[in-house]
Amino acid sequence: MRVKRIAPEPVAPVAEPSVDLSLIDSLIAKYKGKQGNLIPLLQGTQEIFGFIPREAFLKLHSDTGLSLSELYGVATFYAQFRLTPSGKHIIKMCHGTACHVQSVTAITDELLDFLEVKDGETTSDGLFTIETVACLGCCSLAPVMMIDEETHGKLTPKEALKIIKEIRRNEAL
Amino acid sequence: MKKTTVIVGLGSCGIAAGAGKTFSEFQRIKAADKLDFELKKTSCVGMCFREPLVEIIDESGSYLYGQVDPAKADEIIEKHIKNFSPIPEYIVQSERFPTPEQSFFEGQVKIALRNCGHMDPENIEEYEARNGYAAIRKIANNFMNPDQVIQMVIDSGMRGRGGGGFSTGMKWKFARNYDAPQKYVICNADEGDPGAFMDRSILEGDPHGVLEGMIICGYAIGASEGYIYCRAEYPLAIKRLNIAIEQARKKGYLGKGLFGIEHFNFDIKIKEGAGAFVCGEETALIASIEGRRGMPRRRPPFPAQSGLWKSPTNINNVETFVNIPWIIFNGPQAYAAMGTEKSKGTKVFALTGKIKHGGLVEVPMGMTIRDIIYNLGGGIANGKKFKAVQLGGPSGGCVPEYLSHTQVDYDSVNATGAIMGSGGMVVMDETTCVVDIARFFLDFTQKESCGKCTFCRIGTKRMLEILTRITQGEGQEGDIELLEELAHNIKDGSLCGLGQTAPNPVLTTIKYFRDEYEAHIRDKKCPALSCKKLLTYKVDQEKCTGCMACTKGCPVDAIEGGKREPHFILQEVCIKCGVCFTKCKFGAIQLS
Repeated sequence: MRVKRIAPEPVAPVAEPSVDLSLIDSLIAKYKGKQGNLIPLLQGTQEIFGFIPREAFLKLHSDTGLSLSELYGVATFYAQFRLTPSGKHIIKMCHGTACHVQSVTAITDELLDFLEVKDGETTSDGLFTIETVACLGCCSLAPVMMIDEETHGKLTPKEALKIIKEIRRNEAL
Repeated sequence: MKKTTVIVGLGSCGIAAGAGKTFSEFQRIKAADKLDFELKKTSCVGMCFREPLVEIIDESGSYLYGQVDPAKADEIIEKHIKNFSPIPEYIVQSERFPTPEQSFFEGQVKIALRNCGHMDPENIEEYEARNGYAAIRKIANNFMNPDQVIQMVIDSGMRGRGGGGFSTGMKWKFARNYDAPQKYVICNADEGDPGAFMDRSILEGDPHGVLEGMIICGYAIGASEGYIYCRAEYPLAIKRLNIAIEQARKKGYLGKGLFGIEHFNFDIKIKEGAGAFVCGEETALIASIEGRRGMPRRRPPFPAQSGLWKSPTNINNVETFVNIPWIIFNGPQAYAAMGTEKSKGTKVFALTGKIKHGGLVEVPMGMTIRDIIYNLGGGIANGKKFKAVQLGGPSGGCVPEYLSHTQVDYDSVNATGAIMGSGGMVVMDETTCVVDIARFFLDFTQKESCGKCTFCRIGTKRMLEILTRITQGEGQEGDIELLEELAHNIKDGSLCGLGQTAPNPVLTTIKYFRDEYEAHIRDKKCPALSCKKLLTYKVDQEKCTGCMACTKGCPVDAIEGGKREPHFILQEVCIKCGVCFTKCKFGAIQLS
């Protein structure tokens, strides 16, 4: 069920990085009072911060009058929204049918192993968030992964590792 | 002398294969050597197995080059463009050189894909040069009234390409018959089917075709606003749609008083989906546009009566809309002349999986599955044996090899227990385990269930648990019967298409591959050698070099043997994780 996607509350709540809430003022001005504005508001907020911070929910609620429960309900329903900060690079592992048939699971396992995280988590250095997603629509290049906006196809576990290592190396420079 | 034209295929899959770099290389050399050729972009040609694709058109004809990386680009410029001598080894299709790949195009009839790969999707003039916006002009110039337009769509026999297969013309008629001050047209571009990318290719390759189809629908049902609900995972499609809408507005094809038709106003907005498979269902999609959780509701009332913001709404998918201008322009009879008695026209399929020539194909309804796989797709990759084909994604089913003479039309495919769906065709060979495939789809639908109906929410979870158990060697007698019972209850107890069809992958695999389920449950064996937990791992003493890679990788120290000595696996310690198999560089780990 979709609701299971809510990340469990961490035992010791991690302090969210403080965000400049005034960044979403223009977004609110654009959509305030418009029909069907809830999802674009959340999408815009996430575009600005990379995730939807707790305070942003409260601000959206107080400035637009949308109910907090609806905002939270929608944000936890759709796969797109994140409630925790993501890594600098987002690795999307395609687990569509074609990729599954071409053994993408082995590649994902290899990467999770290497990055020492579980599906959906962010590495301790804050560099990568890795998540499995449904089809990316490049089935003929299966197995496929997408890092930020770039798609890599016809992967093997080795090649996938090479790409990740290269990004890490470039970041270290 | 005719100027040489170089066209690079820049669809999402082409870009993923490196077409961007190829394009820059042509651009760079063109500037550096001051060459006089025209460099153009287009979208997906469909031949995804040879991406990046570059087409060169000169006086002598047209040549399609495959897998063009920057190095090959240099060679093509040197030999073909500068010295007019084509390089046959790299050509995948040309009238002058027969190639093993050309069978990919034989038997295809391109209607929905008529413009994909043949024009620059970001250029409205190129669309117009290919009879673009001519269908809506035909309507305006001949003073056709909306009822006549709807009659043409009904006469064409076109059925919705989104999966349901309901008559498109009848659907329009229902929406027209409800009187309301405001009506809406929605294009469903929330292509969430894993294994399908037809709609993405059409949106990226022919955005104006989709817009024109929507404009015609708006005129026919009396709507003034349209929405395209597109997946956020398709950034390129959204970008090109935005460009197309902007161009159409500038030309006066969207806005007020369109094409000289009095009182005809129509404009289109894009709504980005936020990622939920269930939003492919009409009422869930409407809820999502309205800014709510995408949960389906009971029908009736159908959207044609009470849809978006309670106004009459007509929803069709991308492939349906892009067919409409062709039908109006060429007449419904031309369309109805193709296909079978009850399924007219053509259908686009995304041919993927263990196939030699994977890609996008469009064939007349009624072609057999075997012909698509062997003639167009070139057969199974790596010389393996064809086992089954999965049609219709998570709502569909597996059709076994012995039924591959089945024709692709709505009714024949339904008779097998699969569905036509949106057109995903995933080919599986002897190494694919069907029980694992069923588990894979249940995993998908279970995650994507919106949670509204109890049977879908909990039933799919229970089915997934049983299937997972079976694939891990813990299947019990009676599991198959329990799966069947649950499947029928979920079908009966769910409100929307997602729940009603979620058990199909399990039911069809039980129907056609019951022996494989039994092998998993009774003999604890996976005939396809795919379920890790059911395999025995052994070291081939001949091949083992004693490199220790597997020993180091093994999490439970089940592998013994010193350096440069053949290793062996302690079966009673082995947990069958498969790490040794992936670590071994010499293929010395054997599965049985």
